[in-house]
Amino acid sequence: MTEVVFEIEGVKKVITFLNRKAPYGTIYALEVLESVLITAAFEQHANIVFVDDGVYQIKKGQDTAALEMKNFLPTYGIIEMEKEDADEDEDMDMNWRIIVEKESMEARGLTADDFKIDVEVLSSAELAEVLETSDAVIGG
Amino acid sequence: MKFGILINEGPFTHQASDSAYQFVVAALAKGHEVPRVFFYYDGVYNANKLSAPQADDRNVVKRWSDLAAEKGVDLVVCIAAGLRRGIVEDNLMEGFRISGLGQLTEAAMGSERLVMFGD
Amino acid sequence: MLHTVNKSPFERNSLDSCLRLAKKGSAILLMEDGVYAAVTGTTATDKMASAAKGNSVYVLGPDMSARGLAEDQLIDGIKVVDYEGFVDLVADNDGVTPWL
Repeated sequence: MTEVVFEIEGVKKVITFLNRKAPYGTIYALEVLESVLITAAFEQHANIVFVDDGVYQIKKGQDTAALEMKNFLPTYGIIEMEKEDADEDEDMDMNWRIIVEKESMEARGLTADDFKIDVEVLSSAELAEVLETSDAVIGG
Repeated sequence: MKFGILINEGPFTHQASDSAYQFVVAALAKGHEVPRVFFYYDGVYNANKLSAPQADDRNVVKRWSDLAAEKGVDLVVCIAAGLRRGIVEDNLMEGFRISGLGQLTEAAMGSERLVMFGD
Repeated sequence: MLHTVNKSPFERNSLDSCLRLAKKGSAILLMEDGVYAAVTGTTATDKMASAAKGNSVYVLGPDMSARGLAEDQLIDGIKVVDYEGFVDLVADNDGVTPWL
């Protein structure tokens, strides 16, 4: 067993979370949330992006009671709060963006009003730029 | 160059762990560094020491363990994902260690590239 | 940016999403079941051939061989790499976006 120590003092990266899977049918949506939240502890920049069926993750009105599965819609509210706190705190160098791809949203008959949290709706071309400028991309 | 590796699927069901292993071996052979491989989601099953594949198949778990011993790669299993799936110290293969998700963020911060393998 | 696609274009939309969201000129690597998109004579050939004009498209040779695909079936402009070539692609590009 080797425990590696990284030199991360003062390192600031842009980490993009590319959410492409619907919630509940698989666990991907839930576990990626956990990795988004830990990013805040390290004050890293983050793009939380919803593409393809990933847009269903933040759809309003989720009720999982009959499934006995954890409804994790409220967790997205925590992410939104983290973002807002970082935006308001001038001493904090942490820029988070919550992004939905317009094409994916429209293909599924959704509008920004269908989402539980405030999002930036970007075109494919605009989102391509965001991906291009990311230091690390975590897909799911 | 330093590569961080993220593996999100278990052995055998998906090719992800195999692809990652071949990538890491090639990267090390070319003189790059792979300081850490982080196992998340079902990827935590790659650390299950009770895995016993048939003799004519590759032993995915042992292969990672050997790489840790020979090349000093830090194999980290996500504690939350591991607890969910019953991967704990009792059945943890030699060469792996259990730690928090912050270890993934650190790998992303401290490596020049993060390469993810999953499904 | 290097984009990796590991799904068959006949099973999932990973390739379509990659082609929609990869910036023109970026590198794309077809691997695992993604290699089925690299050959001619399929319903995915046209879009892949067109992508190979605007992007650098690569296919992982060991994954092709495992699946019985031969290099003479490849769409024009798609280059074969081995795992060392994969490593070079990761090193030569600024980052990796996985399309799973």
